[in-house]
Amino acid sequence: MGVLHKTLKMVKKGLNNLGSTSSRKKMTSKDRLAMAIMLFVAAVIVIGLIVYGHNFSVLNPKGLIATKERSLIIYASFLMLIIVVPVYIMTFSIAWRYRASNEKAKYTPDWDHSRLAETAWWLIPSLLILVLSVVAWRSSHELDPFHALSSNNKPMTIQVVALQWKWLFIYPEQNIATVNYVEFPADTPINFEITSDAPMNSFWIPQLGGQIYAMTGMSTHLHLIANESGSYRGVSANISGEGFAGMKFTAKVSTEAEFMQWLQTIKMTPNQLDSKGYNILAEPSLNNPVIAYGSTQAGLYDSVVNKFMDPGSHEPINLHNHEHTDYGANE
Amino acid sequence: MNQLLNLLPHLGFFAHEAGQFDPFIFGARVTMIGGALGIAGLITYLKRWKWLWREWLTTVDPKKIGVMYLIVAFAMLLRGVSDAVMMRLQQALSVGASHGILPADHYQQIFTAHGTIMIFFVAMGLMFGLINLVVPLQIGSRDVAFPFLNATSFWLYAAGAVLINLSLIFGGQFAATGWLAYPPLSELTFSPGVGVDYWIWSVQIAGIGSLLSGINFFATIIKMRRPGMNMMKMPLFVWSVLNSLVLIIFAFPILTATLAMLSLDRTLGMHFFTSYFGGNPMMYVNLIWAWGHPEVYILILPAFGVFSEVVSTFSGKRLFGYKSMVWALAAITFLSFSVWLHHFFTMGAGPNVNAFFGIMTMVIAIPTGVKVFNWLFTMYRGRIRFTTPMLWFLGFIATFTVGGAAGVLMALPPADFQLHNSLFLVAHFHTMIIGGVVFGYFAGITYWFPKVFGFKLNEKLGRYAFWCWLVGFLLAFVPLYILGLMGATRRLDHYDASLGWQGLFIVAAVGVGFVCLGIGFQILQLIVSVMQRKQNLDKTGDPWDGRTLEWFTTSPPPVYNFAILNRVNDRDAFWAQKQLQKADKPVYKDIIMPKNTPIGLFIAFFAGLFGFAVIWHVWWLALVALLGVITSIIWRISDDETEYVIPAAEVERIEASR
Repeated sequence: MGVLHKTLKMVKKGLNNLGSTSSRKKMTSKDRLAMAIMLFVAAVIVIGLIVYGHNFSVLNPKGLIATKERSLIIYASFLMLIIVVPVYIMTFSIAWRYRASNEKAKYTPDWDHSRLAETAWWLIPSLLILVLSVVAWRSSHELDPFHALSSNNKPMTIQVVALQWKWLFIYPEQNIATVNYVEFPADTPINFEITSDAPMNSFWIPQLGGQIYAMTGMSTHLHLIANESGSYRGVSANISGEGFAGMKFTAKVSTEAEFMQWLQTIKMTPNQLDSKGYNILAEPSLNNPVIAYGSTQAGLYDSVVNKFMDPGSHEPINLHNHEHTDYGANE
Repeated sequence: MNQLLNLLPHLGFFAHEAGQFDPFIFGARVTMIGGALGIAGLITYLKRWKWLWREWLTTVDPKKIGVMYLIVAFAMLLRGVSDAVMMRLQQALSVGASHGILPADHYQQIFTAHGTIMIFFVAMGLMFGLINLVVPLQIGSRDVAFPFLNATSFWLYAAGAVLINLSLIFGGQFAATGWLAYPPLSELTFSPGVGVDYWIWSVQIAGIGSLLSGINFFATIIKMRRPGMNMMKMPLFVWSVLNSLVLIIFAFPILTATLAMLSLDRTLGMHFFTSYFGGNPMMYVNLIWAWGHPEVYILILPAFGVFSEVVSTFSGKRLFGYKSMVWALAAITFLSFSVWLHHFFTMGAGPNVNAFFGIMTMVIAIPTGVKVFNWLFTMYRGRIRFTTPMLWFLGFIATFTVGGAAGVLMALPPADFQLHNSLFLVAHFHTMIIGGVVFGYFAGITYWFPKVFGFKLNEKLGRYAFWCWLVGFLLAFVPLYILGLMGATRRLDHYDASLGWQGLFIVAAVGVGFVCLGIGFQILQLIVSVMQRKQNLDKTGDPWDGRTLEWFTTSPPPVYNFAILNRVNDRDAFWAQKQLQKADKPVYKDIIMPKNTPIGLFIAFFAGLFGFAVIWHVWWLALVALLGVITSIIWRISDDETEYVIPAAEVERIEASR
């Protein structure tokens, strides 16, 4: 019991010390400022070293759309610095100058209104937002993902189905299909038609351009164009269940010749994607490997979109039940 | 009965739903059950049950209800932060060949629980706590408009909190869908377990409590202000709360209806939001954000109010641009209902629709900016005392400005296409919620603590807590902004080593460590302050040289708040009175106050039981619970003796003794 009492007493004493205002050696405010700046610089250096040499996908675009989106992000960020920087400077200079210990500073306890000042800060942000609004309106139209891109090259359509938990790519013109891998030539406008036969996902290739949702019974569009050959990371950006993190694919951008060659190789694959094969593929699977199908049954994508139109159809798709319908969502 | 027996296997203390041993769920169960037993034991040992029942559990006094809100909210904060710690550890470790500490499904439950708990049970709890403690005092009133309803609201909130924790004990699973549970993922097809049902019913019950409380305080502010306090003389905190309440009244019914439809889908096989039978998941996303975006402003507006009070008091100066501030609040309130679509530009609504919602979103930045400038000019030519609440304010400006800029950036639809659902987005809204809401409420709690408890919080430990929170916040979320630009999406339980993200995730994990240290200092601060309360007693009732009516009464205030309800003639009513120094001998009158009642507690108990019964499809129990709710209400309605009188002589005695 005595030990317990002693310990309690010691704890109490320790806490008392913590609570008291006297401390050993008072740091001056200059010391503190110097320490804060040093810590800040150290943190910047550490983070700089950590990220050095890694891919900043959003800021490292390889296609027209992503490049324009990056310019927009950078432009808007700089515009906003017009407000952010003065706010920072004002906050800390005002706080410092009018600290209670500074008796020299002017003190006007009842001064609470200035028409001029208040008009200024209703007006200046409004002007900034006006500029940004014009930017928003124009860029929304220019970079509308549903809007076809103009180019001298013939556009190509690739149909995308989000499954549990993999991406199926169907090439309707070439009559082939792939899973978790998509290849297309550079400088060719690609029209991704996107749907889902799973929970909602979001189709995103950061280095080529912005994402769009993949939804059941809907067909969304994403028009992209790649300007540089290479392999880019594609992901699902929206939580879709257990295998969500593994739901990624490679977007390979090749030259026209390479693409034709790849097409020939794929066409020789004996795998065929018919409705039966599709239904097996649509079963949930984690970290699905890349698959190639040398041929596909026509109208597969449409029947995936349409299967939800049929009341009560929990059944797997059956191609012969559906006629081709023109859905063209939201256009 | 059979259905209830079916529950028994789920009680298996060591087993997770999937059957394997899960150390985290086991740990959570031990902590929760151990904690509950420990507290119950302590109360029994101190023979405090009767006191607890009489003074707290049956109370209708908003000052006590406010304290209970804060206690529940802090308990839930500890759970929400442990979830955050697990998430940070998982993402710091689960790279390449390693799969971290949690399986994918469990990780997804953790971040769902984290978001749900932090918004519904921490932020909302802290907000209603402060509203209960401060609003009646600031408007110079003795009570709220509907004291019994107020107690019921609190207990409904508490019942929701209990239900979300019960998911760990019964069933051991929670929704794994993200905190807003988008269908079709949240429908039976893809989430067959009880997890989503736990989510629905804990949020639903707490949400109804919030709606009732919103109506109650709206009526209180409109009808129960001190004579002479017209709308343009209300303290700015009251204004901010009033706007927040308007949003609650309009937004929460949407939440209630949406959750009801989702639960009908799941429980009775309906098809509001399924993919099949003409259901429309996109409608759910629209509805949930038609509530969800105003919800963000519901949380942030009272924090703005707190800062207005804090800055004015600690600068020793009238609030600058009061009318601008009021109109800015009103503008934000109005606009916040016209921006919800910016949460899903990527759904493909078309450029006209996207641009409209993008522009409306950016327009909100204008009144918000006006508020910031007015705060700065309140400090200008003031005498600023850098107390802890003031530090929280400066931390708020430093973080909120950047977070707001990130928000405007994402309001540009094409920019959002590249930032949406990335960690940049996660960093953005944490900047707003932590830098704005949490810092604001911490400032408010420190500021009004002496009013509620009669002694100040320890300043030094408060400072330590602030610096840990600020540094921790920066370390945790600056890496997330960077990761977002590297193309890292949110909610990943695993990623490839080649991406080079791990270093930043480790920094973020260190950041959350600092936040934990900050919380540790806050707990220590509370303990030390209680132990040393004699040195920090607030004998005047006005520890900060305050300006508004709550500082006019003693700390803590008597049960009736104010013995005399004299007229208010100035915006800073108490400040003006202090300058006059008048001392008339007051004439006391009888005061009528509401009696304590346990019926609010009963209603919430049965509501929670109803939710629990529906989650497990125990229909007879649901019926019993529903009858329990109805009976309790009838019991209350038929009670005519709900008030008691404090005679004038007793008031005089109390006033003389303080």
